[in-house]
Amino acid sequence: MSASASRLGTAREEGRRPRPGSDAVFHWTLRGLALAPLAILIGLGVQLFRASAASRHAFGWGFLTQSAWDPVFGHFGAWPFLFGTLLTTGVGVVIAAPLGVGTAVFLAELAPFWLRAPVGYLVELLAAVPSVVYGLWGIFVLAPWLQQSAEPWLGDHFSGVPLFQGAPYGVGYLAAGLILAVMIVPFVVGLSRQAISAVPAHQREAAYALGSTRWEVIRRVAVPTARSGIWGGILLATGRALGETMAVTMIIGNRPAVSASLFAPGYTLASVIANEFTEATGALYISSLIEIGLVLFAITVVVNLLSRLLLSRIARAGAAA
Amino acid sequence: MLGNLHSTAAPLTASATTSASVPGVVETRHLDFFYGNHQVLFDVSLRVVQHEILALIGPSGCGKSTFLRTLNRMNDLVPSARWQGEVLIDGQDIYAPGCDVMALRRKVGMVFQRSNPFPFSIEENVAYGVKINHLARDRQHRAEIVERSLRAAGLWEEVKDRLRHPALALSGGQQQRLCIARALAVEPEILLMDEPASALDPIATARIEELAIELKQRYTIVIVTHNLQQAARISDRTSFFLMGKLMETGATQTLFTKPVRKETEDYITGRFG
Repeated sequence: MSASASRLGTAREEGRRPRPGSDAVFHWTLRGLALAPLAILIGLGVQLFRASAASRHAFGWGFLTQSAWDPVFGHFGAWPFLFGTLLTTGVGVVIAAPLGVGTAVFLAELAPFWLRAPVGYLVELLAAVPSVVYGLWGIFVLAPWLQQSAEPWLGDHFSGVPLFQGAPYGVGYLAAGLILAVMIVPFVVGLSRQAISAVPAHQREAAYALGSTRWEVIRRVAVPTARSGIWGGILLATGRALGETMAVTMIIGNRPAVSASLFAPGYTLASVIANEFTEATGALYISSLIEIGLVLFAITVVVNLLSRLLLSRIARAGAAA
Repeated sequence: MLGNLHSTAAPLTASATTSASVPGVVETRHLDFFYGNHQVLFDVSLRVVQHEILALIGPSGCGKSTFLRTLNRMNDLVPSARWQGEVLIDGQDIYAPGCDVMALRRKVGMVFQRSNPFPFSIEENVAYGVKINHLARDRQHRAEIVERSLRAAGLWEEVKDRLRHPALALSGGQQQRLCIARALAVEPEILLMDEPASALDPIATARIEELAIELKQRYTIVIVTHNLQQAARISDRTSFFLMGKLMETGATQTLFTKPVRKETEDYITGRFG
């Protein structure tokens, strides 16, 4: 065996004259290109960290919990923005996750075959719409509707719930969360659908052979088997929602304050950077905005890594099955 | 044709008159089966007797697996499937309109060629059918059913300390016995086995075969196998399929030593010699 392999090796070397110079160049060029994105990511993190030094030294960890955002007196706290990002993302994910998983189940299991591709494509198209268009729609359609119809209705019917109290502004956390839900639903649908479709036929057969109805096969076998893919999709969508800037900036209301009411205008990490970077005067102001960028960067990297981890788990399970 | 069979034929003749009333009896009458326009089974009439092991043998594509899957209507999952004729289980036509397919599949359990445990724990695998069919009164009763089924499948001693471990961590042979336990947990009368040992090593295969012989005491078993020795070792009777037609059914020993049809002889000797 080894003899024949070495003979094969010799033949190959004789057939093709070795050109160590160009091979090495090729090898290192490709390796460099492959490592470049990683280097950019790390460089970005390091740069954000270094450029936020002034803010970090001035406010420490309190930066994350302080609510004051006062460029005039130089007091900067990121809590309203962190709160706004987490709240709008939460609203978006809470709406998009069931909607997306339900759509995925429908597309993967229930829809007639002729309907699956077109509907799947249309859902994917939602992700292709530029976010500024969503922002426009939010300002001119969604916000007035929320202000005049939806928010008063919610206030009347859920008056005991703090989330639905206060004056209906239209623009605010709820509007931003709804826009985010529409924007991230394609990610939930796409990955959940893929994961559900990847559930092996022999496992469905096993369930049917035990007397399962179609619904039981979906609910008790297909979806649980696909759960890491579904969670991966939800987390990936969460990562998108956390970082979404343009549409949210247009509809969040841009008020650096914390409110328990979803109707209130707020602010997010991404939108404060987008709005205030050009106006930022003074090193501490700029440094604080950069630290906000660092926080956002860290959150999205962690969320994305988690989602990749879950998705690679289904890839491995698929390979093992 | 079956008059000259030796002792194993005794239950057959006894059942021939009482098939409609004896539980665990399968009978097909003039069964044709199609996928789209492609006919896979031609006029198959066959009776399976209570508490016997019937082996279905024949070359690949002869329709033996399709035949097996008509007995619990697993072929229904293929959209283009069509059929004619009757399949009677306990005297009831399972293809008659209004037949409860879910109840049928509880009564007629199935073990597949490739072990297919769910990616859940060992316990949850066995409990699955118990849960969806609401067979357990309470949690403790369910645990009893799980234990009984695992014992019946000869797996209890190996897994009793790790019931909550993932089923997919078991060996191939253990997974297949887990699938048998899972099928037994819903208390079927009939067990269909589609080449249950074809992916297993000889030792695991031997365990499945022993298990099949044990289970015969309580269940009626129809097993598809490519392995003629296996059919000879475990089955009471054997049916030989060729090109979608049932060529011959007989007591296993007779069929392997003195087959009636030339085709059966060719198949058997071709494999052996």
